[in-house]
Amino acid sequence: MRTLRKNWQFHVMLIPAMILLILFSFIPMGGIVMAFQDYKPWQHISGSEWVGLDNFRYLFEREDSMQVIWNTLIIAVLKMIFNLLVPFIFAIMLNEVRKLAVQRTIQTLVYLPHFLSWVILGGILLDLLSTDGFVNQILGSFGVQPIFFLGDNNWFRFTVILTDVWKEFGYNTIVFLAALAGINPSLYEAAEIDGANRWKQTRFVTMPSLIPMVVVVGTLALGNVLNAGFDQIFNLYNPLVYQKGDIIDTFVYRTAIQNGEMGFGTAIGLFKSAISMVLILFSYQMAKKWAGYRIF
Amino acid sequence: MYYKTRGYRIFSIFNTCFLIILAIMCIVPLVHVLAVSFSAKSAADANLVGLWPKQFSVEAYKKTIDNPVFLHSIWISVQRTVLGTALTLLITFLAAYPLSKENSTFKGRTIYSWLFVFTMVFNGGMIPFYIVIQKLGLMNSFWVLVLPGAVNTFLIILMLNFFRGVPKELEEAALIDGANHFRTLFSIYLPISLPSIATIALFSMVFHWNSWFDGLLYMNNSDKFPLATFLQTVIIQRDMSSMSINPKEMELISQTTVRAAQIFIGAAPILLVYPFLQKYFVKGMTLGSVKE
Repeated sequence: MRTLRKNWQFHVMLIPAMILLILFSFIPMGGIVMAFQDYKPWQHISGSEWVGLDNFRYLFEREDSMQVIWNTLIIAVLKMIFNLLVPFIFAIMLNEVRKLAVQRTIQTLVYLPHFLSWVILGGILLDLLSTDGFVNQILGSFGVQPIFFLGDNNWFRFTVILTDVWKEFGYNTIVFLAALAGINPSLYEAAEIDGANRWKQTRFVTMPSLIPMVVVVGTLALGNVLNAGFDQIFNLYNPLVYQKGDIIDTFVYRTAIQNGEMGFGTAIGLFKSAISMVLILFSYQMAKKWAGYRIF
Repeated sequence: MYYKTRGYRIFSIFNTCFLIILAIMCIVPLVHVLAVSFSAKSAADANLVGLWPKQFSVEAYKKTIDNPVFLHSIWISVQRTVLGTALTLLITFLAAYPLSKENSTFKGRTIYSWLFVFTMVFNGGMIPFYIVIQKLGLMNSFWVLVLPGAVNTFLIILMLNFFRGVPKELEEAALIDGANHFRTLFSIYLPISLPSIATIALFSMVFHWNSWFDGLLYMNNSDKFPLATFLQTVIIQRDMSSMSINPKEMELISQTTVRAAQIFIGAAPILLVYPFLQKYFVKGMTLGSVKE
């Protein structure tokens, strides 16, 4: 009681956040029971029939849902790799630009796409990447046949990954630039006295100094391995590329919201959340162990 | 010195040129859209526009502004962005303060932190969330756009890490002078946290301005769509029903230029605030990252 009297203000401060958290995070978690029901909206949760693990069995039996899980993994893993590699290289190259004004200008331009939504960028890309769009015109002037980037199953994943890297590489560079700024200059001086040229300095001073950051960013990204980017896919895909482009989140939207298979949709959602949670907890542990990272 | 060698200088020139080209590629698509939006129908439909308007025309903007649904959606987005950001700031600020305390000062801290982190790593998924929104009677309500996103654990963590860096003596002095924790928070912490608040405000503003899916999911009527949702339906889904243009008129104006104008108007606020807030988000990003 004494501590409550002393700390009541702290609890009061947390009331607004807790109310919203209960309403919009914890109560929906209770709705997960729908995954074990044949949910009918007019019967609500209390009246719907219990079906045990049927929804999950169905999930693994349906061909399209297995394809969707596979698509999600491929797209997310490739995005993870390139979103780590490209910013890493870009940060090192940018670090070599000696003129500060040039460096700043480049930074300002490459950060920008991150702040635009996939609706805006999707609208732009639908026009740019169409068969008679700007990109195909340029490719055409080199004699390349028009490519249907967003309507061809062979090109769709490539387009999705490339455009995602294009949108995010600048923003993802920020943490590496911060790490670069933290490198002790005397390391470079020592290397220089030992006769290391710039490439050797990069190879033996810069890169090793960035490795902890690569480990942190890489392990933390692991928790997102089932997030292939709903906003992007939803705004770029169409029925022509469902086969290679449909991911868990877009699939849930189409089956549950549009076709009304609520119980099945919840089951996929639960499958995704549960695996993600395990991966996130695991990756935080690893980030803590390998690089001393902690969130709180 | 390495940078005086010939090899390095040649590398440096190539490197700089390459990076400049890369940077330009990040904005070329936007420039193209801007050029299309100011071009005449014939040029745009024939795909003749590159990075500069052909047969300059503001017809597309006139058509866009003429549409009351479009203007109303901007108004909803403005309201949503202002209210949503204010609410997020208040909640983040209030919650971060107690959570930044040591476990020994604030006994409940561990439990609260776990609750927050748990919502970060696990959620009920789209469908249960949708049903809760229905049951709460929030369908078609403006508040569905503002309330669910108001608690953002990531922003709370950013803020509490900033609070941790504030010298303890400041707080102790205030408490000894008889201020309670609310007073301390608002009169001592508020003025010195302005850079962090700016960071959080920027993230929150961008989030609200760009959000489109909640509008699509929870609003049955396009009259209540925020701008991003409106744009999603007319630009991505190419749904012309909310455009209020009769078929005859459609032949006279180019869908391409009108779309381009709408895209540009949708991106404009971000393009405007972005340069001013850049230094803050860079600081904010690195603030929340690695601590050694």
